[in-house]
Amino acid sequence: MKRHESMASGSSGLSVAVLVSTGRHSLTGRPGRADQDARAVELALNVENSHIRLFHAGEPGEECREALRGYLGMGIDSISLIEQSADADVSAALEEILRESKPGLVLTGTQAEQGEGSGLLPYMLAESLGWSLIAGLVSIESIEGNQATILQALPRGQRRRLKVRLPAIATVDESAARARQSAFGPAQRGRIDTISHDSSTDEALAGLSIKAARVRPKRLKIVKSKSARDRFKAAAAKSEGGAGQVLSEVSAQEGAEAIFKLLQDENVLSI
Amino acid sequence: MSLPRKNPRLEWIARNRLHPDHAQVMAEQGASASPSQWMGPAGLVRRDPHRIGSIGPNGIKRIDRSGLLSSQAAASPGRQAKSEPQKPLVTIDEPAFIIAVVPDMAGGELTSHDRDVLGMARQLADADPARQGAVLAVVFGSHRETRFEHAGVDRLLHLGDERLEGYSPERRLGQLEALEREYSPERWVFPDSQLGGAELGRRLSVRLRERPATQVWQLLSRDNEWACECRGARERSDIVRTLPRCILALEECAEPVSETRHEVRAVELEGSVPEAMIRIDNLGQVAVDPASVALGEAEFILSGGNGIKNWDRFHHAAVQLRAAEGASRVAVDNGFMPRERQVGATGTWVSARVYIAVGISGAIQHLQGIERCNKVVAINRDMGCDMVKRADLAVIGDAEEILEALVALIDQKRTEEARHEAA
Repeated sequence: MKRHESMASGSSGLSVAVLVSTGRHSLTGRPGRADQDARAVELALNVENSHIRLFHAGEPGEECREALRGYLGMGIDSISLIEQSADADVSAALEEILRESKPGLVLTGTQAEQGEGSGLLPYMLAESLGWSLIAGLVSIESIEGNQATILQALPRGQRRRLKVRLPAIATVDESAARARQSAFGPAQRGRIDTISHDSSTDEALAGLSIKAARVRPKRLKIVKSKSARDRFKAAAAKSEGGAGQVLSEVSAQEGAEAIFKLLQDENVLSI
Repeated sequence: MSLPRKNPRLEWIARNRLHPDHAQVMAEQGASASPSQWMGPAGLVRRDPHRIGSIGPNGIKRIDRSGLLSSQAAASPGRQAKSEPQKPLVTIDEPAFIIAVVPDMAGGELTSHDRDVLGMARQLADADPARQGAVLAVVFGSHRETRFEHAGVDRLLHLGDERLEGYSPERRLGQLEALEREYSPERWVFPDSQLGGAELGRRLSVRLRERPATQVWQLLSRDNEWACECRGARERSDIVRTLPRCILALEECAEPVSETRHEVRAVELEGSVPEAMIRIDNLGQVAVDPASVALGEAEFILSGGNGIKNWDRFHHAAVQLRAAEGASRVAVDNGFMPRERQVGATGTWVSARVYIAVGISGAIQHLQGIERCNKVVAINRDMGCDMVKRADLAVIGDAEEILEALVALIDQKRTEEARHEAA
């Protein structure tokens, strides 16, 4: 209740909750931070005058604790571990916890590194709590009262500025600032507080067959031509035939003009 | 039953090329467009070798059966441009069900991802001839796409309200809900892309309380039931599941429609759409400093190598071109550029639309790094180097002079444009 009042008044800073999941190292497979969630923690640490809480809902095993210590090593005092069974649908538990703790901003990664990884959880939470949802958050520019100005990631490194009403749930894009290194000492000193919560089994997930990802087949180039000659030419053509245009013995001016024309055709010049 | 009747006299005239009525008879007999080919009385195609071919350079008549000459002739400017072959038009008047597709329409046009997704929707709609479905595309705001019919769109719902322009997921969601109430599509298909499809698709499936299949990359047909294969856990696992109502599909999930044209019949929402609660305010796209864009996702890269002597001028050119800077390994090793700007197998694999390589000879590691670039421009002294062979446009000459001329040209165009705007 006390926290709720402080958020409403806005004087003693914003309460930020970060929902973290466990990840695996891409090569060794060792449990560790999930990349996008670590970036979310980094974003939260950079919000001025904020009160940060980390939540993880999952099976409390040794591997899970080892992974969570990665977040503690970023300078976080404690993580709340919500006990759930391995095959549980954690959305209900997280919803209840968030409803109780009433944070102003909830940050989480876009997609989990384990399990289904559909990226649906923040949307479900936002829908059931009735809060705003921000997809692909990159940085928080300012927070005034219950309005936040943020940058959203677009493809090709582009950004869009949005003004969002708080409380909000944001998914953090992988182009957000890289997470700081996790230090060993603080990771060992940090606390993992367990909260017991009854779990509901995700039955739909149990029915799915999950395998290691296989390489997607390359799309075949299908030539639909009536003429056998065209089909043969397409099949027998070399992939790169050196079809490029070479301008030798031209003046610098002529060369520049040729390049300028190509840049204009490709529409990359902003004039 | 009627027997095919022969007219021996006309046949005789048709065989006799010297007969005065020959041309007329041929024209009557062959209803086909070309006089050199007609349908014979027995139902076989007859060809007249005297009417085809052309006189070769040595005065001998040549009949070209390879299609080489005719394709050259078609490409020549004298003949009219080869028109696109007419595809059959498919109309579906009373569809058994609707597949709703919400394309991204980046820049007001269908992206290649949109076309793939429409191809997937087409597969779902056409699977059962006894139960033919229709593909309905939903387009928000203004657009300038003219080729919906070739992309496999049967019905087009164009919501041209200016408030739906740009990024407005909450308002768009309200419209999609209205569509759900009126048409109740059998399936919803979205492109799972950062351009908006991923967000809108997830918002809608949560609102409809459907568990979507996300990152679908393949449709599977298992004993008269659709299934799909999706990527999960950040590209680490494949999940096979029966196809749900909401589908968020990845690029290249299906072949785009290429054989048929479709009707693109305009439809409208009849009921009124309740005003959505707006919590997100779009303040517009931000001007991004190209130098700060990560090399891997930059669209336009100016890359320098060992051939560059004056690096200040290179940086100036990059600023003027508004391009991200890249470098070859040599330039980085020599300390002219930071390591994070290195392009190649040991550095960053780039996917720029245009890549300008200045003074880079093209080591194989570097060429691997630029494999996914669309257009490569090489500026180099050495005509025989590998980069020139790879490049779409290579200019041989002094790199710095050419860069300087290019910058001057762009400056000139910019000032002209500014004057034009002021006038």
